[in-house]
Amino acid sequence: MRSDRGQSAPRSLKAAAACGLLFLHLPLLLIFVYAFTTEEKSFVWPPPGLTTQWFAVTWNRPDVWQALSLSVRVAAISTAIALILGTLCSAAVSRTRFFGRETISLLVILPIALPGIITGIALRSAFSLADIPFSFWTIVLGHATFCVVVVYNNAVARFRRTSGSMIEASMDLGADGFQTFRHVVLPNIATALLAGGMLAFALSFDEVIVTTFTAGQQQTLPIWMLEELIRPRQRPVTNVVAMVVVLVTLLPILAAYYLTRDGDQIAGSGK
Amino acid sequence: MTSAVSFQKVSRHFGSVRAVDAVDLDIVPGEFFAMLGPSGSGKTTCLRLIAGFEQPTSGSISIFGERAEGVPPYRRNVNTVFQDYALFPHLSVLDNVAYGLMVKGVGKPERQKAAEEALSLVRLPGYGARRPGQLSGGQRQRVALARALVNQPKVLLLDEPLGALDLKLRENMQEELKSLQKALGITFVFVTHDQGEALSMADRVAVFNDGKIMQIGTPEDIYQRPRTRFVADFVGSSNVLPPDFVERYSGQRRWGSLRPESIRVGRGAGGEGVAARLVSTNYLGATTKLALDADGLRLHAIVPAGTALPVEGEAVVLTFNREHLHLMDEPA
Repeated sequence: MRSDRGQSAPRSLKAAAACGLLFLHLPLLLIFVYAFTTEEKSFVWPPPGLTTQWFAVTWNRPDVWQALSLSVRVAAISTAIALILGTLCSAAVSRTRFFGRETISLLVILPIALPGIITGIALRSAFSLADIPFSFWTIVLGHATFCVVVVYNNAVARFRRTSGSMIEASMDLGADGFQTFRHVVLPNIATALLAGGMLAFALSFDEVIVTTFTAGQQQTLPIWMLEELIRPRQRPVTNVVAMVVVLVTLLPILAAYYLTRDGDQIAGSGK
Repeated sequence: MTSAVSFQKVSRHFGSVRAVDAVDLDIVPGEFFAMLGPSGSGKTTCLRLIAGFEQPTSGSISIFGERAEGVPPYRRNVNTVFQDYALFPHLSVLDNVAYGLMVKGVGKPERQKAAEEALSLVRLPGYGARRPGQLSGGQRQRVALARALVNQPKVLLLDEPLGALDLKLRENMQEELKSLQKALGITFVFVTHDQGEALSMADRVAVFNDGKIMQIGTPEDIYQRPRTRFVADFVGSSNVLPPDFVERYSGQRRWGSLRPESIRVGRGAGGEGVAARLVSTNYLGATTKLALDADGLRLHAIVPAGTALPVEGEAVVLTFNREHLHLMDEPA
């Protein structure tokens, strides 16, 4: 494979790759175009006319702001919970041996392997049994179940790559537990936590199934969008929201990409 | 005088495994002490007990007169050079070396100056800005050494520090470690499974087997006067002679040890000495090692290169000076 470097791929392969990428990304452009259409009841192609009025309409609709802020808050808190629990759990599983270690590792990963609808039903019946009213916090709990998994998976892989004697070396040189975590453990897993955290945030932000089972009257952004698609009024508002979300999330994703890329180069150099 | 490290009846059990079993040990301040033994003999666990990574199941440990049980590694004035060096990949070489001073709250200019000095000590001046990943194995080892020495430990522990280096580099490092220890006057405790390394570097050697110390003594003691069959065999692959054989030559019914280099190999059958047959020869450069069969007893002899050698299968006569036959304490 190495020897192929620098050589050009056959034209047919290039064309196939281009088609694949277009197939993935053209629908996104379509969403953007419909954000400017003058037709508000249905999506017709080509758009009968172009307008920017939907931006102003969207800006002035309080339900959009409510849904957006709820989603951001839920995703932020679920991610924070996942970062703490996922890191602790991965440290325990990869650093120590104890009875039931393999079982715990499997149980942590289970929520992402199970269909969301099962997690959702299970949580809903559990909440009802325990007489917990559906609220902001039940949504957060539901999201945290699968957010923990992504952080855990990222952190466990990183822990496996870092030498265990590094922690002992730090203790040996006079650092107590907290100093060792602050100066040795955290810098070594930081990029893994960043990547896991971003993924957790994204998963939570567009979650629909578990949310429908664990939410009360609240609408997160994806649920708001689903409801909006059924209504025949001001349809392009959904598209404006979608477009803004895509653009706003693209920046941190690009930032994370560049940050983790540099981090891996440092960690991997000399190997 | 208080010992640098003192073990009293120290045991460390892992479940039913007695990794360290009732070990008594006194390490003299300023000495170069080697713990020698095969893997799983308990030597590394002893080192970890001194460092504080393990706590004894029973017995007591003191370091310069202070009780060490229950004292965490970060409160012991002892530093370790790890087998895999355990350098911090996210820090520069200078920050690695300065780490111990940093966590103790020493100011930046001061600790960087001390780290530079430690790097000069291990002959790596000017390498501070690099990352550990950019260094060779030998250089990483020196950084690990500097990182431990910068804290001015009372005892420096070295866990098979030369194991990962190639032969030439290892020989250089052996000399360098030895002269560094002389210059600094710090007590070095060195774990190795390489008997040559232990004999050439240490002031005293403790030979470990099955969690127990078989013998403690100067390299000469251990090599010339092994007390048990295990020590005779493990240190320098001496010929272990059964009581029957020893009785014929010394009159005493005890296990004996005879160094391979003490055996002279004469050609031809008959004559004074032990009749044997040459099984195989192994060319080692400066010497040649001969495997011999003396009526079922397998013996090894080492002869200088250039000696006229018998051919394999040929009958030979083995002779040795009686005083080279060492009688061991181990009961028959």
